[in-house]
Amino acid sequence: MHELSIATTIVDEVCRHAATSGGSRVTAVTLRIGRLSGVCADPLRFCFEAASQGTPLDGARLEIIDVPVRIWCSTCSLESELPSLQRFACPHCSRPCGDIRAGRELDLESIEMEAVAPASIDPDSSMPALDIASNLPPPP
Amino acid sequence: MNQPRILQVRTKILKANDETARAMRQRFESLGLLVVNMVSSPGTGKTALLRETLIRLSHRGVKVAAVVGDLETDNDARRLATSGAPVRQILTHGLCHLEAAMVDEHLKGWDLAELQILFIENVGNLVCPTSWDLGESVRVALLSVTEGEDKPLKYPGLFNTADLAVITKIDLAGPCEFDGDCARANIESVRPGMPILEVSVKTGAGIDAWIDDLLERRSSAHRQTLTDCG
Repeated sequence: MHELSIATTIVDEVCRHAATSGGSRVTAVTLRIGRLSGVCADPLRFCFEAASQGTPLDGARLEIIDVPVRIWCSTCSLESELPSLQRFACPHCSRPCGDIRAGRELDLESIEMEAVAPASIDPDSSMPALDIASNLPPPP
Repeated sequence: MNQPRILQVRTKILKANDETARAMRQRFESLGLLVVNMVSSPGTGKTALLRETLIRLSHRGVKVAAVVGDLETDNDARRLATSGAPVRQILTHGLCHLEAAMVDEHLKGWDLAELQILFIENVGNLVCPTSWDLGESVRVALLSVTEGEDKPLKYPGLFNTADLAVITKIDLAGPCEFDGDCARANIESVRPGMPILEVSVKTGAGIDAWIDDLLERRSSAHRQTLTDCG
């Protein structure tokens, strides 16, 4: 049941971010979980719910982005999604292939927090949502 | 109403473990120490193989030590200590895997510069240890003939992170109707190119090859350190 270790690590990390961002309530947490990460979504949800009780994450949604395994075939010079974890082979030429380019992810992607009305800013002007996403490069 | 704020974090969930493991690996590499993380289901024979390995390597003058993880009891550490090598038990008290900080903590007080090969016997589990880097040089996935040939297909995640596969209890292959070709093909299917060894602690079959493999890995780790220092 290592999902409990993962869930408590996530809750601690999100609490840290939430505290440095004004301490507002967290409404959603998004993860990227690769199919080779060894982590299962359902037990993780169960543990996340338990681990988040009594924290600023209590009741937060857990969004999980499933990341399929992608392998690089040097013969075809092609990156492909692996159709089955039982066979690490290029789906085009069928040659065995162990060059994994995606699928081991166990990443905390983003945190959604309730907006906090800024005290020092003119209350008539609305605070724009913090949108760092549009300024970041796409994930590797 | 204010829009919710989205904070893009993009960090590894096990960042703290990864950083500890990275620091440990750098320390091990700077000393030319080979660190072997042994992972398998409960009952594969990790402790029996490790005890035999500690004895054989000690007889050959190799300085070895081991840390062993279990949920409860220090039975394995006591079994391993009969080899004469320094051994420490890590009790996880219910946790299904070892984490880098636990191993680091249990290495305190040992002069790692005096060691040549350190073994980490992980908690018996084919799923959970997958995600935790322990700073090891080599991850060995063990599979016993009593478990069936398709274990690698059932647990591709763990076999896929391994550097070496060892099939244990090979003396029981006949009575268990174990199909070695099928098992090797399954390992190859989930981890193409991974070397596979077959051993029996009972008869001694394959143990020399396993010991030679470890010594070769230790030599290259040591050579690499000399190159880096020189």
